Amino acid sequence: MVTGSNSAHDLRQTAWNAAAQVVDPEIPVLTIADLGVLRDVTVTDGAVEVAITPTYSGCPAMNMIALEIELALEREGIRNSKVRTVLSPAWTTDWMSEQGRQKLKEYGIAPPQTGGGRRALFGEQHVACPQCGSVNTEVLSEFGSTSCKALWRCKVCREPFDYFKCH
Amino acid sequence: MSVRSISVAESPLVLYALRRADDALILGHRVSEWCGHGPMLEEDMALANMGLDLIGQARELYTYAAKVEGAGNDEDKYAYLRDVRQYRNLLLVEQPNGDFARTIVRQFFYSAFADPYWRAMMKSKDETLAAIAAKSEKESAYHLRHTSEWMIRLGDGTDESHRRAQTAIDDLWAFTGELFHADQSDADLISSGIAIDPESLRGRWAETVSNILGVAMLKRPSSDWMQKGGRSGNHTEHLGHLLCELQSMQRTFPNATW
Repeated sequence: MVTGSNSAHDLRQTAWNAAAQVVDPEIPVLTIADLGVLRDVTVTDGAVEVAITPTYSGCPAMNMIALEIELALEREGIRNSKVRTVLSPAWTTDWMSEQGRQKLKEYGIAPPQTGGGRRALFGEQHVACPQCGSVNTEVLSEFGSTSCKALWRCKVCREPFDYFKCH
Repeated sequence: MSVRSISVAESPLVLYALRRADDALILGHRVSEWCGHGPMLEEDMALANMGLDLIGQARELYTYAAKVEGAGNDEDKYAYLRDVRQYRNLLLVEQPNGDFARTIVRQFFYSAFADPYWRAMMKSKDETLAAIAAKSEKESAYHLRHTSEWMIRLGDGTDESHRRAQTAIDDLWAFTGELFHADQSDADLISSGIAIDPESLRGRWAETVSNILGVAMLKRPSSDWMQKGGRSGNHTEHLGHLLCELQSMQRTFPNATW
């Protein structure tokens, strides 16, 4: 027989697994678990609350992600759910999983350098080309097609590429 | 304009959050006016991205102000349903875009303050303000770097780009003093470690500005007569026009949603 706390535990696990599958609408190879955006799932009296953290202040994907989480939970039969945004501690690209970084690279986006924050933002940047791996690269534009990306170019294979900015 | 403006109970903390939110919203809106009109594709994207960062910061600050105020207001009501005299932003950020040089100078003056400001605010005893600061400082640092590079390119570029940058500096200079202004409402927040004294950032700001102007071969104006009024709702004639555009949809079709 399933006890109360066990079923809450199972519900939490189901909800977590469903939420963890939600992808970033702008970089669909990354799930919100890869990104470190999915922070916590709690169950209180059968109600599920999913906590997510915003990436960049103005990232328009956050609204979409919150909606997708609710839909994903509903597909698992969880109707009583809520998505909460937590600001503290502030998200950083250091929270991106190793698996996430690998997936980004395979997708053609250079992953953010670790040790985020100001040093990585302002220090000498050696960004490896996701196509050929050379670090002989240059920045074309500090701002790219989404708030999380900058536009770079590889001087060896001449391919332009997106770089996921440190944050 | 048919919808009545809201009233806001401006406790010191609500007012503090609203002032910073208004700075970010109004500057973000100004920068967004460039969307589709930038001098080149990369710069169009850069301006739109900076606008997005600022409007994102504004949303977080408004949402926090609404929570503290606890009167049923929210980010949209603050943005769409306050009249010009209820806006608390710096006069600097509401100044029209003018030419590209003027937009860059305005952004540079603001970012040279916002960068050390948000970094200092990460130590705020208010957990939410500290968390908002932790995001904003990285974004502001990025904006400062980008606009600094443009200041140098414009100042040390052609005679024409130099002239335009210098004219913008001379015209906007009188609005920079307000960056360091704090009033009675701020005093308790400063003494309790929730806010920082903006005066403490003056040296840092002046140093950044002097360094970049020096490299850019631009002159720092000698006048120290400074204009103020935005923090208490006394704005230049430009803000009303901006709000007309920003608020027209909600004022014409109340509660319209996407």
